[in-house]
Amino acid sequence: MSDKLLDIKGLKQYFPVAGSKKVVKAVDDVSFYIKRGETFGLVGESGCGKTTTGRSILRLIEPTAGRIEYDGQVLFDSEKKIKADMLPYRRKMQIVFQDPYASLDPRMTVGDIIGEALDIHKLCADKQERRDRIIELLSRVGLNSEHANRYPHEFSGGQRQRVGIARALAVDPEFIVCDEPVSALDVSIQAQVVNMFEELQEALHLTYLFIAHDLSVVNHISDRIGVMYLGHMVELAESEELIFHSAHPYTQSLISAVPVADPNTARSSKRIILQGDVPSPVDPPSGCAFRTRCPYADEKCASETPEFKEISAGHFCACHHLDKASKAETGSPKPV
Amino acid sequence: MSEYLVDIIHEKLSFFTPAGEVKALNDVSIQMREGEVLGIVGESGSGKSVTAYSLMGLTADNGKIIGGEVNFNGHRIDLMTEKEIRKIRGKEISIIFQDPMTSLNPVYTIGNQIEEAVRVHGDKTKNEARERARELLTLVGINEPDKRLKQYPHELSGGMRQRVMIAIALACEPKLLIADEPTTALDVTIQAQILELMNDLKKKLKMGIILITHDLGVVASMCDNIAVMYAGEIVEYGPLDDIFYNPQHEYTKGLLKSIPKFQEKEYSKLVPIEGQPVDLLNPPKGCPFAPRCESCMKVCLEKKPERTEFDNLGGYTVVGMKGKHYSRCFLQAKKEFEMKNGEVKA
Repeated sequence: MSDKLLDIKGLKQYFPVAGSKKVVKAVDDVSFYIKRGETFGLVGESGCGKTTTGRSILRLIEPTAGRIEYDGQVLFDSEKKIKADMLPYRRKMQIVFQDPYASLDPRMTVGDIIGEALDIHKLCADKQERRDRIIELLSRVGLNSEHANRYPHEFSGGQRQRVGIARALAVDPEFIVCDEPVSALDVSIQAQVVNMFEELQEALHLTYLFIAHDLSVVNHISDRIGVMYLGHMVELAESEELIFHSAHPYTQSLISAVPVADPNTARSSKRIILQGDVPSPVDPPSGCAFRTRCPYADEKCASETPEFKEISAGHFCACHHLDKASKAETGSPKPV
Repeated sequence: MSEYLVDIIHEKLSFFTPAGEVKALNDVSIQMREGEVLGIVGESGSGKSVTAYSLMGLTADNGKIIGGEVNFNGHRIDLMTEKEIRKIRGKEISIIFQDPMTSLNPVYTIGNQIEEAVRVHGDKTKNEARERARELLTLVGINEPDKRLKQYPHELSGGMRQRVMIAIALACEPKLLIADEPTTALDVTIQAQILELMNDLKKKLKMGIILITHDLGVVASMCDNIAVMYAGEIVEYGPLDDIFYNPQHEYTKGLLKSIPKFQEKEYSKLVPIEGQPVDLLNPPKGCPFAPRCESCMKVCLEKKPERTEFDNLGGYTVVGMKGKHYSRCFLQAKKEFEMKNGEVKA
């Protein structure tokens, strides 16, 4: 059995722009793998392609190009023109969506929302078994059996997200894409849900792709983290390595921009404030996508796209100026 | 006139809905000096926005102040008519909202909207107003102000729109700026830009700011004092460092423990606050946090705790801006009582 549960190579997802021949390169040549049992975090600002990457992997949107391999089976390969039938894989790969208000059908009871997955995959022989399974799933996520007959609007945000998780767990998946699962929740509830993800992972041996824009949450839950910018993966490393020894100037500024809930640190740390905004993905800069906001950018960055290469064991980065960036006073926090 | 710019005394505010009376604010008192930055932290529905909005007379039609006083800069806001409030709003007190996408008018240019704010209060001519608008855009760090003045909101990015919102709010040099989750809708690198801008402006213009947020990280970088709200009450209030390094209320402690720490190399599990936020239609009789509190005692379920005051920590906050640290929790009251009695016995 391979160590890699999911292997993604050269994933591209382009969307046409209505009324012109241009395309939005939402995900552009992204490669990474996810090990069995780990949590892989994906961070970046809005529009960087992290959600699209998550959805393309599940083929909820059909990728433009690339190769997706799950547990040794090819799900998609644009060169060899392989498009596997996804239904059997939907039992193994599930997703929890960001907005617990929009992702549950308001006209279905919570029991039916969870039960629908059981029906589609014909997992229950009779009604009694179905009911038992739904109650088991609800208790798994900290809700009780009465909740099965209620509608989504009767629940708070945190409870709704629990329903979304129960729905994803219904088919006994191995792999779950968690797409910003806690960003719509209040802080105190956020911690409840993050802890539940961790407990479920341990109990059910799950593998997660955890997508979020909040670097402190991603750092907390992930074993390895990938940083995306404008459709590209710019850096990838183990969480601790990435936070304390970030190599890419974008990662460094991202880390330093995270507001730290500690007044002394906030007063003493020097923030790297990036100028300007993220460029439009319809018209991305030539060469390195980050060069328009990068303090080290020069001619080379405009003409050549930096290669995504391994700079130390397991630490990948795409930048022409690693020497300068590594010497800079980084935004990385000092370990306590 | 009181020595405070903002002096809210025992304010009670309810919304009368078909489902019943929602007690949004329950005995809220806030004092703020000129030039002070106050952070109000709390979860959604805790009343942090309502508190600030009531200072501007911006409560929805079904909302009513049913007790207490709201004083701002010598005005009794709670007794004023809409017409009177309009003269103050935008001039002495202004606001920036969470979502810069929806708070600008899509069919007017940026220039139009800033000039409107300038001309409503005061007697500037069109040309003077335009000149002032240009000045304001430069102040909030927008390049090429002449080009931007002619653009519409959809042509600007989120961070830029929030800068425009700030420019409009600053048009009449208000004494108090209310910033309601000003960076929540923005990306983290843009959030850093806006926070830096607000910090700069605070120093330059010496205005008071009420910063409403659920993000403890945001308040840590710029506030003098913090009010922690829960279910329509201020459960703890004090100078920044006191709240972070010497929290007294169980809810504040819980909040601080439930956020992932970035600087720690060692992995430690998050400590969530169990349970769900309070339903304000049927608030508990005693302490609102009691149902979720791990140290809940019998008395907490029956009576509302009074203020217990603490000595301030030393530290950084601007002298004169420091508020008195207090919390509303029976645990603290109990401790104090035991200490006093112990002393008496000794």
